[in-house]
Amino acid sequence: MTTSRDAGRVTGRRGVTRDGPPAAASIVLNGEDRAVEPGLSVAELLHSLGLEPGMVVVERNREILARRELAGTPVEDGDRFELVHFVGGG
Amino acid sequence: MGSSTPADGPLVIGGRPLASRLIVGTGKYRSNEEMVSAIRASGAEMVTVAVRRVDLDRGREEGILHHLDPAEFFLLPNTAGCYTTEDAVRYARLGRAAGLNDWVKLEVIGDERTLLPDTAATLGAARQLVGDGFQVLAYTNDDLITALRLEDAGCAAVMPLASPIGSGLGLVNPYYIREIKRRLTVPVIVDAGVGTASDACLTMEQGVDGVLMNTALAAAADPVAMARAMGLAVRAGREAYLAGRMASREIAVPSSPTAGMLE
Repeated sequence: MTTSRDAGRVTGRRGVTRDGPPAAASIVLNGEDRAVEPGLSVAELLHSLGLEPGMVVVERNREILARRELAGTPVEDGDRFELVHFVGGG
Repeated sequence: MGSSTPADGPLVIGGRPLASRLIVGTGKYRSNEEMVSAIRASGAEMVTVAVRRVDLDRGREEGILHHLDPAEFFLLPNTAGCYTTEDAVRYARLGRAAGLNDWVKLEVIGDERTLLPDTAATLGAARQLVGDGFQVLAYTNDDLITALRLEDAGCAAVMPLASPIGSGLGLVNPYYIREIKRRLTVPVIVDAGVGTASDACLTMEQGVDGVLMNTALAAAADPVAMARAMGLAVRAGREAYLAGRMASREIAVPSSPTAGMLE
C-alpha cells in the first residue's frame, strides 16, 4: 500500500477519470465504472473526489471501513465502493 | 395549573429523555434553510435522516450534516427504501458508521403502492440489529401481534403507522393504536400518516408516547407555521389525554342550570 503519493502523479480529474488514460485500477464507485491511479489509498480517493472523510461512510466490497482504516487501505483493481452520507428523510 | 392533572415526564426512549414528544423527518423540504427553521419551530429534538449515495457529480453540500448540527438535534438514521432484512441491516450499519450514535429507525417496506411494512422482514431485521447492539425504533403496521413481537425482540420503541407514509390520511385505526399502547411497555410512537394538527392531537389523545412525521410539515404551504402548529397539537393532545376526557353521549345535556328559569 502507498500512503505518501506525490500529488503531481495523480491523473485525470483530480485523480479519478471515467475514460482517461489506461489505469491500473478499475473500480466501481457508487455504481459507476471508474479508472483510478494505482496505489491510491481510500483516504486519497476521497480527497480526490473533494469529500471530507468525516462526512461520508465508505463501504468497500460490502465491508464498512472505519475512518481510522481509510489512510491505510489501498484502492485495488476490481474494488467496489459505496460512498454514502446522510440526506433528508423521514 | 390544574392540580389533579398527573405530572408528565419527558418521553424516554432507550434511557434517553427527549425534549419533545414530536419526532420529525428531514425529507422533501424546498430548501435546507426551510427544513432547519421548521424543525426548530416544531420543538423536536429527535430528527430522522436517510442514508444515500453521495452524488459524485453534485458535490458534498448535499450532505445533511452540512445543515443540521448533531449537537443541536439527535439524529436518527433510518432504513427507508429498504425492502429486505438484509438491506435494512446494511443501511443501519452504514448509518451507525457515520459515528453519531447506534440508533436506527428501522423500516422494511413490503409494497410500493402503499409503502406498508413487511412485518416479517422487519422483525427479522429488528432481532439482528438488537443483537448487534442497536437501539431499534421499529416502524410497523397497526398490528398488535407484530408490535408485541417487536417489543419481545428488544426494540427500544415500536412505531405503528397512523396511515400510509406521506398519505396525510390521519389516524385510521384509533382502536388498534390504543390497544397497542395498552399492551406494550416500551414507548409507542405513531409514525406516518398524520396530515394536519388535528390528526396529531387526536393521535396523542389515544395515549401514545409520541408522534413522528415528515410530509405533513414539508408539504405544508408554510412548513414553519405548520411545524409550530404540530408542536402545539402534540402537547395539546398529550395534556388532553392526561386530563381525562369526559364521556361522550349522543344526547345533549345542558351546561346551564335548569332550575331558576323565569316563569
